[in-house]
Amino acid sequence: MSAKKKDKSSAETMVKKEREVSKAKLIPVHIMGKRYDVPEGLTLMKAMEYAGYKFIRGCGCRGGTCGACGTIYRKPGDYRLQVALACQKTIEPDMHITQIPFFPANRAHYEFADLTSAPEEVFKLYPELFRCVACNACTKACPQGIEVMDAVSALKQGNITVAAQIGFECIQCGLCTSRCFGELVQYHMFQLARRIYGARITPRAEHLIEMTKAIDEGRFDNTLEKLRHMSEEELKELYRKREEEPVTAGEDWRPKDKTYL
Amino acid sequence: MSVSISPGRVRSEFVKKIKELSGETLQLCYQCGMCSGNCPMASNMDLSPRQIIELARLGLEEEIANSKTVWICASCLACTVICPRGFDLSRLMEAIRLLTLRKRIDYVRPEEIPVKERGELPQIAMVSGLRKFSG
Amino acid sequence: MRLAYYPGCTLKTKARNLEEPAIASLEALGFELEEIPRWNCCGAVHSLADDDLIHQVAPVRNLIRVKEQGKDVVVTLCSFCLNTLKRANLLMKDDAEKRNTLNSFMDEEIDYSGEVRVLHLLEVLRDEIGWEALAQEVKFPLRNLKLAPYYGCTLLRPREVAIDSVENPTILREFLKALGATPVEFPESTRCCGSYQIVSSPDSISGYAWDILSSALSHGAEALVLTCPLCDYDLGQGQKELVKRHNGFKGMPLFYFTQLLALALGLDPQVCHFELNRGSPESLLRENGLLP
Repeated sequence: MSAKKKDKSSAETMVKKEREVSKAKLIPVHIMGKRYDVPEGLTLMKAMEYAGYKFIRGCGCRGGTCGACGTIYRKPGDYRLQVALACQKTIEPDMHITQIPFFPANRAHYEFADLTSAPEEVFKLYPELFRCVACNACTKACPQGIEVMDAVSALKQGNITVAAQIGFECIQCGLCTSRCFGELVQYHMFQLARRIYGARITPRAEHLIEMTKAIDEGRFDNTLEKLRHMSEEELKELYRKREEEPVTAGEDWRPKDKTYL
Repeated sequence: MSVSISPGRVRSEFVKKIKELSGETLQLCYQCGMCSGNCPMASNMDLSPRQIIELARLGLEEEIANSKTVWICASCLACTVICPRGFDLSRLMEAIRLLTLRKRIDYVRPEEIPVKERGELPQIAMVSGLRKFSG
Repeated sequence: MRLAYYPGCTLKTKARNLEEPAIASLEALGFELEEIPRWNCCGAVHSLADDDLIHQVAPVRNLIRVKEQGKDVVVTLCSFCLNTLKRANLLMKDDAEKRNTLNSFMDEEIDYSGEVRVLHLLEVLRDEIGWEALAQEVKFPLRNLKLAPYYGCTLLRPREVAIDSVENPTILREFLKALGATPVEFPESTRCCGSYQIVSSPDSISGYAWDILSSALSHGAEALVLTCPLCDYDLGQGQKELVKRHNGFKGMPLFYFTQLLALALGLDPQVCHFELNRGSPESLLRENGLLP
């Protein structure tokens, strides 16, 4: 008897919930030319999924960092094509959207170890760089707000550092390349610039080189040996008695026991 | 060499397009040949600059297409400044080049420039070469 | 006195020996070249098609940058840049329809209608400083070196943008005289070096180089004075072939006019970067006591 009652109440709850969901306001969006009515407040990506699209490509971190879901949209009455990441942008009524999930842009093949810091490395690998006409379509197409044209200009001038710095937040979505008049592949060029900048131009961390050398020369071998032969109890004791760096310590703080420095 | 000239050819799409693209009045030329005389590249051209204008306004598209002349032109404007009739031949050369380039037929493709040159050429060479010779 | 300055892509890498002596010389003469911010490549060549507006965008954008800085004059060193910027400028001034289209295309920029004047450094030397005043600043006159002024094409053609007479330019002659050199005029001083043909028909460049260099030689020139990095490259590359092909031709030293300016003003020769020059001009300078 009680079982039947339980069933009836859970069924009632289900129907109630459904009615609540259907109270969410639906707004029209046009996905690849076809209209769908989707609940407002969804991101472009969720709206497409609500409409029945299943993402096996063009979807990644869903957090605005991976660049997989580059999307182009247009608002009614406006000729301008605007860009966004589908996972970040909320839909608006009557948006017309399409995805550019992957743009088959050229990527030069190279052995990075063979490259120097000379700007000519970029000229040699991407000669189409010189087809840029400074139309600025790339900048307008960037969902990250990067001044793409300025970075391309820097590359033409031979300034890898500036190009790498401007293009730092590039998430490789490919929208710039899809709109480029000169058929350049901006994001691959920036990637190359950033690699050259990081590996060849930025100063080396001297203390890292020194420490690595010290490790290779065996400075810590004895200590590690000792630890390896300790029992679990001894390790726990060591851990409990360790000296911790105070939160407010300055740069010149040193531990009392300087044996392992 | 026999050449067929006809009103049909003179009023062809080719001639219309040339006039539109160059913005020049082809009828100005009276074939004096000053342009050919002043052109530093003329010795490498199969058809002289003067011949190009005449062929162009007669609508002799094929003869021009078979010639390398417009691709040897360096847009140095020696012809333009010397023309007694004020005809800008450099614009005619560009118009003829564009008829090919806009059909997506490139004369120079970036990937065909030898790798060593890409690194050594001054940027103005790469930019101007690709602007004039690729679409 | 501060002058807005547009360098162009080539000067920062391949033609440091054109730019650095220029900046140093102007400083010595009391001028500061202030690079305009966020400049982009000017496009190098002017598009000659009537319906082609996209290729005007690049130079016009740079002129807008100058206007944004509140300047009405911009100086450039590169002949290609001068030519392209000036011709785009004229288009914006004279053609209302194209001006409107370009302005509305570049909707992220302020409107532009040709408010800026584009000058070449030689014009600044001639008009703002003057040859006499320049001659007075010369500390090491160039020992009557026989130097042939070579203009190339972009500084003097078309007429509307020429910085001097198209048929009989004298600006480099006056410049060299002010520096104490002996200008050697020769008929091919405005003949094109081949320009961008180095990209499409590199084999033809040595022929064009010979037309120019042999003429300068036969008129007694010891070296050529250049203004344009592409002329430098073409003549330099062309020479390598010519030295092999023509017995007795040892190559012609090539200078940028700015290097001679810096030398004559008594600046440290290091700023000239002669090591980047083609045709090894250092030996010529040493023989004449102009380099240690």
